[in-house]
Amino acid sequence: MIEDQLGRCVASWYPGATGVAGAAKLSGGASQETWTFDIVHAGGSTGAILRRAPPGYGASPGRAAGLDAEATLMQLAHDAGLPSPRVMHVLKPEDELGTGFIMQRIEGETIGRKILRDEQFAKARPILARQLGRVIAGIHGLPASKMPKLREMTATKEIADLEREYRSFNWPRPVFELALRWLRERDPGPSKDVTLVHGDFRHGNLIIGPDGVRAVLDWELAHFGDPMEDLGWICVNSWRFGEIDKPVGGFGTREELFAGYEEAGRRVDPARVMFWEVMGTLRWGIMCCGMMQRFRMGPDHSMERAMIGRRSSETEIDLLRLLAPRGGA
Amino acid sequence: MQDEPTPTELIKAVADFLRNEITPTIKGHNAFKLRVGINALDLVTRQLALEQGSDAAEAVRLKQLLGMDGSLLELNRALSEKISKGEVDLQTPGLAEHLWQTTMDKLAVDQPNYGSYKRELENK
Repeated sequence: MIEDQLGRCVASWYPGATGVAGAAKLSGGASQETWTFDIVHAGGSTGAILRRAPPGYGASPGRAAGLDAEATLMQLAHDAGLPSPRVMHVLKPEDELGTGFIMQRIEGETIGRKILRDEQFAKARPILARQLGRVIAGIHGLPASKMPKLREMTATKEIADLEREYRSFNWPRPVFELALRWLRERDPGPSKDVTLVHGDFRHGNLIIGPDGVRAVLDWELAHFGDPMEDLGWICVNSWRFGEIDKPVGGFGTREELFAGYEEAGRRVDPARVMFWEVMGTLRWGIMCCGMMQRFRMGPDHSMERAMIGRRSSETEIDLLRLLAPRGGA
Repeated sequence: MQDEPTPTELIKAVADFLRNEITPTIKGHNAFKLRVGINALDLVTRQLALEQGSDAAEAVRLKQLLGMDGSLLELNRALSEKISKGEVDLQTPGLAEHLWQTTMDKLAVDQPNYGSYKRELENK
């Protein structure tokens, strides 16, 4: 059924389109779905991705930038020559597909474990950290005048949000308390430099090919704030998949990431990056606890969610390694 | 008194069956879910084996740190509050050691293959 709707939709804007084929849902919760499909036309076929909130799910939840903003940001990144899919079409009411957009499909891998282990990425791994430094600097430098409306975050607000969410679970975690206290005491205050922040710049949201990074995805958590947040988040140990001595995604060093960032004409504040790494580690830990809450309350009563709840202790050991390293560590 | 086999023996038998007999026959997303399920059963087995000992030791440490009595949940709430208020911190004798030991005991159940945990075991 979705192929018929998509077929009618693409016919209205893709020159010579005769229909679509191979539509398959890649991921989806109740309010947001991602579909892959091929646009069939006289010259062959073109890979495309639909990202949408199905009809009836207009408003985006709390922190989300919203699909219209995501489309604008992706197109801005694409126009600036950053690795980003081209946005082909923003959904209109007459498409009857809900709200969202259709973008170019970019081939490659997003699964961290494969990127770190598979032979085909062997040449990409040593160059990725530096490349990603340049890419995220480019994102931070996107023209403010063309930005959609986004929430503005500071370290102080982020600490308060995390604390509120943690307290709502009503389950004591002394290590999280220690981290919250540490963050409150070292809160650097508002950043002098406020830019677009991607908000979820890490494995899973990066398409990697044998040649390196091909696309940055998932701008759902984009906001204005301290650009060092993105550099800290990609260093969180949870995205290293066992390669714990390579802080950037399990493939590179902070020095390489920072060098790429500064090559693109921006400055790194390593102390602030470390602050955001601690914040990010706690944030992922609290997100794991949130999964466990959603498992308990339904509707997603799945084993996967339940088991993610048991991963919050991973962030506790990482927080201790950051805040209270033991002698030999 | 409940009879044998023990819960641990039962869960292990089920997990081994799923691992050895069913895993080779399943593909795709269900294979992933099966792996998660087997991991969950293994976790429960580890918790049944380790929880009593680690909980008892944690309670002893907490009572000493806090100078009070109570259930493990009450003691953890009290410690959390003291850390939040800054009444105890990493300079407080025994706090860092307590948090480390408690966290290591959690990882031994939750995720004994986690990189940071394995590194800390080596470094000990």
